Amino acid sequence: MEKNEIPVLSLTGVSKRFAGVRALTDVSLDVRAGEVLALMGENGAGKSTLLRIVNGDHQPDEGHVELDGVPVHHTSPAAAHHAGIRVIAQEPEIIPHVDVAENVFAGALPNRGRLFSRAAARRQARQFIADLGFADVIPVDALGRQLSPAQRQIVEILRGLTGKPRVVAFDEPTSSLSDHEVDILFALIDRLRAEGIAVVYVSHRMKEIFRIADRIAVLRDGALVGVRPAGETSEDELVRMMVGRDLDAMFQRTGHEPGEVVLSLEDVTTDDVSDVSLTVRQGEIVALAGLVGAGRSELAKAIVGDVPIRSGTMVLQGKRIRMKSPTDAVRAGIGFAPEERKAEALILDRGVRDNVSLASLRRLSKLRFVNQRAERALVSRFVDSLRIKAPSMEQHVRKLSGGNQQKVVLARWLAREPALLILDEPTRGVDVGAKAEIYGIINRLAESGTALLIISSELPEVIGLADRIVVMKDGRVSGELPARATEEQILALAMSENEIEEEAS
Amino acid sequence: MTASSPGTAETVDQPVQPPPANVPKVRGFRPDLRLSILFGVLVVLCVIGYVTGPDTFLSESNISTMLRLAAAIGVVSVGMTFVIISGGIDLSVGSMVALASVWMTTLATQSYGPFVMVVCALAVGLGAGLINGLLIAYGKLVPFIATLAMYASARGLAERLSGRRTQVVNQQGYLDFFRGAFLGIPVLIWMLAVVYVVGWVVLNRTTFGRRTFAVGGNAEAARLAGINVKRHTAMVYAVAGLCCGIAALMVVARTTSGASTNGLYYELDAIAAVVIGGTLLTGGRGTLIGTLIGVLIFTVVNSIFTQNNLETDVQNIAKGVIIVAAVLLQYGTNRTRKT
Repeated sequence: MEKNEIPVLSLTGVSKRFAGVRALTDVSLDVRAGEVLALMGENGAGKSTLLRIVNGDHQPDEGHVELDGVPVHHTSPAAAHHAGIRVIAQEPEIIPHVDVAENVFAGALPNRGRLFSRAAARRQARQFIADLGFADVIPVDALGRQLSPAQRQIVEILRGLTGKPRVVAFDEPTSSLSDHEVDILFALIDRLRAEGIAVVYVSHRMKEIFRIADRIAVLRDGALVGVRPAGETSEDELVRMMVGRDLDAMFQRTGHEPGEVVLSLEDVTTDDVSDVSLTVRQGEIVALAGLVGAGRSELAKAIVGDVPIRSGTMVLQGKRIRMKSPTDAVRAGIGFAPEERKAEALILDRGVRDNVSLASLRRLSKLRFVNQRAERALVSRFVDSLRIKAPSMEQHVRKLSGGNQQKVVLARWLAREPALLILDEPTRGVDVGAKAEIYGIINRLAESGTALLIISSELPEVIGLADRIVVMKDGRVSGELPARATEEQILALAMSENEIEEEAS
Repeated sequence: MTASSPGTAETVDQPVQPPPANVPKVRGFRPDLRLSILFGVLVVLCVIGYVTGPDTFLSESNISTMLRLAAAIGVVSVGMTFVIISGGIDLSVGSMVALASVWMTTLATQSYGPFVMVVCALAVGLGAGLINGLLIAYGKLVPFIATLAMYASARGLAERLSGRRTQVVNQQGYLDFFRGAFLGIPVLIWMLAVVYVVGWVVLNRTTFGRRTFAVGGNAEAARLAGINVKRHTAMVYAVAGLCCGIAALMVVARTTSGASTNGLYYELDAIAAVVIGGTLLTGGRGTLIGTLIGVLIFTVVNSIFTQNNLETDVQNIAKGVIIVAAVLLQYGTNRTRKT
C-alpha cells in the first residue's frame, strides 16, 4: 500500500456550532491516498456534520480543510464535487420516473451534440456498471421507482463514482444491502484503494469495519477520541472509545423468576408462517432469532391481528382469542413496537406528548375529553424515567435522534402497561449509548412482570437479553435455546445446511 | 492528530446520558409565526378597506353583513379542516349544502314546522357525509373520487327534489329565529362562533381530535397503536357533512329559500380558506384558527371589492393571487425554520 507524504484530505482544528450547540470541536484528521479510514461514533457524535463539512454543505466555524495540501473553502456540494470529493448519502436520492442510466449520470448526462441521447447514456451506464462489478445486480433499463432499496443504495454509490473522484466517503452504505452486494461493494472499495483514492467509511457495523478499514477514527460528542490502526485495536476498545464504558455493562441482568403464561401459540399458521408454537411468561424475555425473511416480523404481525391467522390457536392470559385488528390486540393488552419506526410507529409531525399518549387516550379521557393534566403527568413520568432528550414535551418527534425516537415508541407502550410487549428490532439505528439504556428499560419491564417477545437480528443482543431464544427458519420454529446460548448454536438453527451465508444480519 | 488512550476515554464522562435534561416546560401562549403573518394580512386588508371606504367599512352594519355572509362558508370550512387534517379532501361540501337546503324546504318538510326542518337539514348533511366516509373507509375509494361522485349526485338529487325551482320558506317561525339577533348580535354570527369553539375543543381537547391528527400524520402508525382508522375516517367525513347541514340552515335563513344552486363553489372557497390557514394538504397538521382567519380574509376582500364597485372577475383574480401569496409566505417561514 503506497502512502504519500501529503494526505489527500486533511482537516485541521475543525469546529462547528449550530445555534450555540457544539457539533464538532477541534477535530484534526488526515485521510491518505490509498487508505480506507473508518469513522465511528454514536449517533450525534458528529460524523454527519464532519461529512457535511467535507462535502461543502457546511462551512467550519474554525479550522480548515485541505485537499492535497491546499486549503479549500467549498461553499456548496457542487463545488466539492467538482474538486473530486464525493460523499455518498445514507438515504439514496433516486429520481423515480427516469431510468438507472439517467439516475447514475444525473447532472452529468452524456450528450451527443447538444441533444441528450438515451441510447448513448444507457450504453455508457451499462459499461460503467459492468466495470464496477454490479452488472448482475442493477438492471440498467429499470426506472428509479422499480428499484429495491438495495439497488437504490447501489445507484447512489455508482453516482458518487462518476467523473474523477479523489475522496469518496460512504455513509452507512450497507444498511440495506445483502451479503452478496456487500461483497461486491467491498471489492469495489478495494479497487478504489488500489487506485490511490482516499476512502472514508462511516458505519456502526464492527465486522465490516474490521474487514475493510486500514485505520479507525472514533468521534464522541463532536470531538475526536482517537485513531487506531485496524490491526492494533479490538471491538471492545472501539466501543469503550465510543461510549466511555464496557460493552458487557450494557446487559445488567438480574435473574427473575418467570410467572404465569401470558401468551401461548399453538400450531399458528398464516400466509407466511407455519405451525408456530411458543409461550411467553410473565416477566420473561423471549427472543425470536433467525435470518431476515425467516418470518419473525410476520409472526409478530399475526399476533397483533395485523395479518389473519389461518389455523392454530392463540391464548392470551388464559383466554383463547382471535384478533381481527391491531385495535383488538391493544385492547386485549398487547403492545407492539414495529421495526420501521418512522413509517409504522411515529407521528413525526406531532409532539412527544401526543406520540406517547396515543395508545392510552381512552384511559386518559372522560367522555372523550382528554384530561390534559393527567396526560402531561403520565408523559413526563416516562420522559423522565426513559431519559428522553427533548427540549419540551411538544417537540415534534421528527427532530429527535433515532435513540430518542425509539424511546418515545417504548414510552407509548410503557404508558399503556400491556401484559405482552412485542418489540421488533428495538435497537435498529440506535446509537450505542441509547442501546444500553433501552436494554435497561427492557430488563426493568421484565422485572415488573411484563411478558416480552423481542425480535432481533443482532446476536449479542439476543444472547444478552433473552431468558429463552426461539429460532425461526423459513416460517417455522427450528428450535429453542436456553439463556446464554452461543452465537454458533443460534446460527446452526437459523440456517439450513445448504446455505452459504455465515452470519445473520 | 489527537489520540487519547482508552483509559482517559473512560474517565471523561461516565454515564452516557446526562441526568434528566427534561423538566416539563411551563405551557404558555406561543405566538405562531405563520398565524401571526396570516393575521397581519387580515389586518392590512382591513386597513385597506377602511382607507377606501372610511364611512362604511368599519360600520356596524357592514361588519355584521360581512360576518353573516362568511357564516355558511365558515362552518363548511370547519368540517373541511377536519377532513384535510385527517389526510383527505371533500369536494362535495357545496353539493351537500344544496341538497340539505332543498330537502329542508320542500313543502312536505316545511309542513312539519321549523324544528323538523332543522333536524332534516342536519340529518341530510350527516347522512351524505357518512356515505362519503363509508365509501372511502370501507369501500376503499380515494377521497377525491368518492366525494367527486357525491359532488355530482347530491346536486343532481337537489335539482330533482326541487325541480330546479327556488323553494321559499313559509315558516315564519324559522325565519324569525335564524334571522333574529341575540344580545344585539345576529344569530348566524352566534352560530358561526359556536361552531368554531366547539370545533376547536373537539380538535384539540378530545380523543376524536387527537386521532384525527394521528390518522392524517401517519395512518399506519395510528392503526398499529390501536386506533380504528377506518371507523375514524368515516366519522370525519360525517362531521364534514354535519357542518354542511348547519351551513344549509344559515343559507336558507339568509336567502329565505332553498335552492339547488345554493352552496355553489363552496368546496373551492373552503379548501382555499383551509389551505391559506396553514393546514397541510397532505394531512396531519392544521389549525382551526388559521382556517377562520382564512375565511375572514376572503370575506374582507369581497367586501372591499363590493364597496368599491369592482367587477367580480377582478375579485376572482385577486383571490387567486391571495391564495398563492399566502401559501408562499408560509412556505417561506417553514423553510427558514427547517434549516
